[in-house]
Parts: sequence; structure tokens; C-alpha cells
Amino acid sequence: MSEPRQQPGTGQPDLEERGAARTRKRALKRLQSLLPEHCLLTRPAALKPYETDGLTAIRERPWVVALPETEAMLAGVIQICREEGIAVVPRGAGTGLSGGARPLADGVLLGLSKLDRILEIDLSNRAARVQPGVRNLAISEAVAEHGLYYAPDPSSQIACSIGGNVAENSGGVHCLKYGLTVHNILGLTVLTFAGDRLEIGGPGNDPECLDLLALYCGSEGLLGVVTEVWVRLLPVPPERRVLLGAFPAVAGAADAVAAIIRSGLVPAGLEMMDRLAVQAAEAFVHAGYPSDAEAVLLCELDGVAEEVAADARLVERVFRDFGASAVQTAETTEEQARLWLGRKAAFPAVGRLAPDYYCMDGTIPRARLAEVLARVSVLSERYGLAVANVFHAGDGNLHPLILYDANRPGELEQAEAFGAEILDLCVAVGGTVTGEHGVGVEKLGPMCGQFSEAELNQFFRLKAAFDPRGLLNPGKAIPTLTRCAEVGGMHVHGGRLPFPNLERF
Amino acid sequence: MQTSLPEAFTATGEGRRAEAILRSCVHCGFCNATCPTYQLLGDELDGPRGRIYLIKDMLEQERVDPVAVQHLDRCLTCRSCETTCPSGVAYGELVEIGRNYQEARQPRGLIERLQRRWLLSVVPYPRVFARWAALGRLAGPFLPRRLRKQLPARPVRRPPPEEVANPVRIVLLLDGCAQRLSTPEVNDSLVELLAALGIRTLRVPEAGCCGALALHLGAASQARTAMASVLDSLSAHLEEVDAVISTASGCGVTLKDYGRLLADERESAAQAAAFADKVMDVGELLASLDARWRRALPVERIAVHVPCTLQHGQRRGDLPAKLLEQAGYSLVPVADGHLCCGSAGSYAVLQPELAERLGENKVAALTNGEPELIVTANVGCQVHLGALTKVPVRHWIELLAPEPG
Repeated sequence: MSEPRQQPGTGQPDLEERGAARTRKRALKRLQSLLPEHCLLTRPAALKPYETDGLTAIRERPWVVALPETEAMLAGVIQICREEGIAVVPRGAGTGLSGGARPLADGVLLGLSKLDRILEIDLSNRAARVQPGVRNLAISEAVAEHGLYYAPDPSSQIACSIGGNVAENSGGVHCLKYGLTVHNILGLTVLTFAGDRLEIGGPGNDPECLDLLALYCGSEGLLGVVTEVWVRLLPVPPERRVLLGAFPAVAGAADAVAAIIRSGLVPAGLEMMDRLAVQAAEAFVHAGYPSDAEAVLLCELDGVAEEVAADARLVERVFRDFGASAVQTAETTEEQARLWLGRKAAFPAVGRLAPDYYCMDGTIPRARLAEVLARVSVLSERYGLAVANVFHAGDGNLHPLILYDANRPGELEQAEAFGAEILDLCVAVGGTVTGEHGVGVEKLGPMCGQFSEAELNQFFRLKAAFDPRGLLNPGKAIPTLTRCAEVGGMHVHGGRLPFPNLERF
Repeated sequence: MQTSLPEAFTATGEGRRAEAILRSCVHCGFCNATCPTYQLLGDELDGPRGRIYLIKDMLEQERVDPVAVQHLDRCLTCRSCETTCPSGVAYGELVEIGRNYQEARQPRGLIERLQRRWLLSVVPYPRVFARWAALGRLAGPFLPRRLRKQLPARPVRRPPPEEVANPVRIVLLLDGCAQRLSTPEVNDSLVELLAALGIRTLRVPEAGCCGALALHLGAASQARTAMASVLDSLSAHLEEVDAVISTASGCGVTLKDYGRLLADERESAAQAAAFADKVMDVGELLASLDARWRRALPVERIAVHVPCTLQHGQRRGDLPAKLLEQAGYSLVPVADGHLCCGSAGSYAVLQPELAERLGENKVAALTNGEPELIVTANVGCQVHLGALTKVPVRHWIELLAPEPG
């Protein structure tokens, strides 16, 4: 057992190791009497596969794993941990890419995967009430017979859970037109670490004074544990069409994206893949992506038939104006599904090109796409690490995938340094350090570059309002000022040292 | 994923394969979404990603923990995860390596060992199995209903049709082990069907179990013996036949893999590879013929259960539906067709609780559209599902007849 880490800013007293061991022993007893045997994992071999989520570079074996099967069990785990002063890290499907579900060696990992029932489909309000462990895609599958679907579709939608989507405020291919998770949920039931059960919003019109729903979306499990979600369901559009443009140069594709957005058209999705990403996706789905193009744009249009036809003409013209060598149209559902499957599986498919990849997530103003991609490619040569680009071009959300080999000493560190430079670049051109994957533990450093001391302090005050002892997913999402002082050397803005009042280490 | 396997292990062929497979996994978790046991249990350890991690940990630590044994035992080896995996992880092969590693280190108690030894010494041997089945029929009234329904009936064999003169093709049809007791009518009716198309069928009763059962149970040496014996008894006929056919997709997937499975055998590797190249699922043979199909049975609405070994193992899950539709049947929609029915070789015996839950879910999905008949393409699924539903379950080729002319 490692030393109980002291979470700065949590106000937790520094317990003597012996006292901590006694506490853990008592807490374990209580957890054992609350949960059936298959819902509480304690053997080291059973804990090991839980040491990481979708970001395998960051690992830590949890003290125990609790997998409640009912809301009552979930509430019980939180109560025990509150009373015993033990930290809790919530986890959905474990597909996150920023280490948001990275466990703590002296904390409980609270897995929500057994809470996977769709509780209610309310057709008159076009909404569904689901448990947090329900997979994103399972919602659309369950309501397909009613001609409805749930719009946000992160690439991992086949596996990621709705609870995790709320925590990360996930977007996806279609968020350009239909918005992020925050725009597509109507209500939440949340258990706070203080012991409250909050019901926020609901399927009907429910005006709120405080928009707590928006606060919880993207709070990365720091403010409460979601036990139920009301999601908004949309009617499947009568017509959908996907255009694929093959470009001989990345810059042409990037400029085409800016031109489409400038024209006032809002496509349902507008995505870019570069040559490497296309190569990987093609190896998996055999969708017939052009293998000789430097960049491929996928543009989905939806709506009534006339509108879609007119929009398609416009998009095709823009594609050609910016140098597309070929434009294909997928009209059947099967063809479209195949094109999207390749795009959505592109991250893991890159696993065919290299043993490991480091997936970056930053946003930039769309007009700077071509310039930023060119600079990333220069960096790629400097570091000697290949980059596959596959991303939500329409909303300027970049996902450079840095290819590396973790078994080669030093390569992970090189990849991380490269990634940090990409994020610096995003901020420098007016963007942000995370688009949709969250901060987790991975982006704590870059957060220091984006937010000031006053802003970070405000985040901590908000956290304390819901979790005064700082026991829920501590150490994630908000960097401590000490940490920022340590990494601060990299971010000297306007010649001023960040956080000048803090002691340097 | 990063690995640090012991050098002594990566010096072996198996070790190198294990390392390459582990390295190709990027831990994205897509596989959990289509894993039947993860869907039921919601525990990372009961999904492919967690099992890959358990195997990695076991090989790295060189220690077989009961946790790893329990969760590898719960894997159906349905390989649904391989169909879903964008990175192309050869999960089935890795699980095989993991199981062999475990079994070689004797992780089990007496009862489990006896149970497994019984399976391995009875099921693959038709004569032994027949005696146990007869005994079972005698004890019938005292057996639980489901077990009773799974017992092979007293075999009723049809006389073979007259030998086809001037055949357009000659194929070798494997009768397998459990299949020749449980559903002998399937191969008998295939012989008639092929004869009507001018195809001569050769059958070699000495060729026994293909080794799939032993392979699943991590009994590596027994699997090798079984495979060698199949090759031995068929070698004299291989030259004269155009293809080797199996109507059990569970056997087919193993037979097609002989090249890889026996690659390390100095003497038989080449022969095994040549043999594997000739193996076809019956569906592949029928689809390759220039024949038009009509309905052989007077039913209309049918539900198709595609065995995992056909759709995920052989990647030819499209065939039964395609040919049955050509024959004029109406196929009812079946939800979650990618999920295993729980039969999975010896799984239904060793993991009865999970197998039954999967089977019941599968029957609910199959009967939702009120079919008159359920069809499948593997003896294990047929028997397992047959015990769980009143709707008759048949092999899909029994529903086909060639259009004359």
C-alpha cells in the first residue's frame, strides 16, 4: 500500500499511516457487508486490469474496486467512503483518453458498468431515462424502432457510457450541428459526496434558476456521481447524405473546411482524415477510401430531401474549388455507415500502424487549420515521430495521434513532449487545450497555461461547494497552484512569470 | 500496449506471438461493447480488454492467479471482439496461449480436473459418447429436463443415396464427433442434396474429432494428437477431393486453422497447411455452385442464428441468410445477432449458469418475430437452443433443395 497522498486544497488531515490502515480495514469490512462478493474486487490480480482507462500511459492500481448493481448500493459506497474519509474515483466504461478514471492507490474505484439499464422511454417528451452505465450507442439502438436517436456520437460510442459522456461533456462527429452532451440531456440525478441526492431538470420543461445541468456536464466526476440521465431524443432525419472529398494536399482540405463554414452551411458532420489515418481505417473497414489522397474530408448533410440536395451541390463545388481530385457520394445507409465506421474506428485502427499512440485533443479557430497542421507536421519531423490526423474539422477540434513504441526507452517521453508542444500551439493561435476528451490527469499541466491563478482558485471553490473534503476524484481536472508553479516555466506569457507569489521548487 | 514479458518466454514461438498480439492492443475498450459476458456481468475482468490485461499480467509475473483462471474460463471464445476490434487484435489466439499456459501449471481442484478429463475422454469419441448417451436415456426420467433434451436420440440413419457416376466434383465430408451422434441427419441430407447436384461425397468414419474441444480446454497435447490423427486418416484421400467440407462451423473454424496450429510440427506442417486450404464451410461450397434453390420444408417464416464460429471465426456469417432467401424463405429480424448463444463447445457444461442466461436471451431474440423454425449452422448451437425452446431448431442446409434443371 502506498502512502496516502495528501491532496492539496482538500483540507484532509494528514493521517498517520497506522491510523489510515485501521480506517481502511474498517471501511473494507463495511464495504464487504454492503456489497455482494462479485461486486467488490480486492485481490491484486483482479485490481490490475482496472489500473488504467483508455490512456494506458497513466496507471495506478486502486485499493479496491466497487461495482454496485443498484443505486442503493452506490449510495452506500459513497456514504461509507465519506464517513471513513476515503477517496472515490468514478469510472464508466473506461474508454476515456485523459486519465479521468485513473484510480488512486488508497482510494475506491467506483465502476458504474453494472448500472446499465434503460429505465424509461418517454415518447411524448421524446426523452429516455437511463442509468449511467448504458452505452451511448445502446440508446440509439433501443429507440430506433420509434424513428428516434440520441445525437452526440463520440467515436467510442459503441463502448463509452452515458455517465462518462456527462462527465466529459462528450461531443462527436455530429456535434457540429447537434451540440455536445450538455445540449442533449434534459435532466440528471446526482449523488453528491456530501450525501445529497439532487434531481436536476427532467423530461418536461423545467426552468431552473441555477443551470446546474450545464455545471455537471464536463465536471469530470468532481462534483457528484450521476445515477440517472434524462437524454433528449431526436427524430431520425428524413434524408442523409455523406460526401467524401479526396484532396491532394492537406492545406486544400483545411481551407475547404473554413470555406464551408463561412458559407453559412452547418453540415451534420465535417471530418478530416490524413493519409496515415485513411490507411489505418481502410485496413479495418475496406470502405474504399482513396489511398492516394493526402487528406480526405467527410461531410454529412441531413434534413429534407430538397435541402440536402442543394447543400450537397454547394459542398461538392467547394470541395472542387479547393482542389479535390475526387468527390464521392454515399447515398445508401450501408455505404454511409461504412464510411463513418472507418472514421469512428480510426483511433484504434491506428494501432495497426504502431504499437502505441498518444491521442491529442485541442481546439483551434477553423481559419487557422491549414497553418496549424503544417506546423504539426514540422514538429513531427523534428521529433522523428509520425502523426496521424483524424479530427472534427468542422468545429476546429484537432486529434493528432502521435505514433510511438512504448517498449523503446524514452519514446513515450518524446511523444509527451511533442504533444505538449502541439497544445501550446493550439493555445497560441487562440484555441484551448482540450476539445472533448477532458483534462483528467493528462492535461493538468497545459491547464496552467490556459487559466490564471484567480480562475483556478474559483474552480477549487466550486469543487469545495459540492465536496468540501475533496474526496471525489481528487487531483483531476484542476491543476493545483503548486503544480502550475512547477510546470510554469514553460508558459511565460508577456515576460511575466505565472504565479509569482508561489515558492519555486 | 507496453509489455515486459520475460525473455525466456519471448524466446519461444508462443511467447513471440503473445507479445505481438499484446502489442497490437491499444486498450480502447470497443471490444467490451460486443462481448456477451461483459454485457451480462458488467465487470472489466469479464470482457476481452480485461482478459487481455489478465493474460499480460500473468505472463509478465509468471504466476497463475485463480482470478485469471476464473475469468478466462468465463470467456466463450466466440471472438465477437475480433470482429469489433479496429486494431486487429488476434484475441482468440492470445486466449489459447493464456489457457495453455494456465493448464500447464495445474491450477485446478480435483472436481474441476475430473470434469474436464471426463469431457475430453468422452465427447470426442463417438463410441464412448454413444454408450454414455444410452445410459443417459435409461436414466432419463431422473435427469433434469434440459439435460434430457440435450441427450442424443437413438440414431436413425438414412441409407446413403446411390454413388454419383461421373461427378462434377468430389468432396470429403467430415462427420466430426458429437455431431454424428447428436444430429446425424444433417450430413445424411447433405449427401442427398449434393448427389442431386452431381457431386460425389466421400466420408471417412475413421476421421474423429478435429481437436477443437481439447483446444478450448487448454489441453494442447491432446489437441495436437487429435489433429494429427485427422490428418493421418484423411491423407490418402486429399489428392482426389476438391474440398473438405464440414457442416459444423465450430469444427470448420478449427480445421481451417490447422496450418497455424501445426506450424511448429516439423513433419506435418506442410501437410496441415495444404489440408487447411481445402477446408470449406458447407455454405461456402453451396454458394460456389451454380445452383438455384427452392424450399425443402413447408415452412415460410424462419429465424437464423449464425454461430459465432461462422460469423466471427470464419467471417462467412452472411451465407445462410443469403441462400435461404434465394430459396424463398422469409427471414424474421433477429436482434443482437452478433451475440453467442452460450453453447460454445464445452462452455454449456462448464459454465451452465452463464450459458443458460445467454441461451435464454438468444431464444427470446430468435422467437421475437414468431418464426415457425429456427435454423443454425453448428451442432452445438442446435442442441443447446433446441433444449431451450419449443420452436424446432434445425441445420439450415436441411431447408434447401436444388431447383431441378
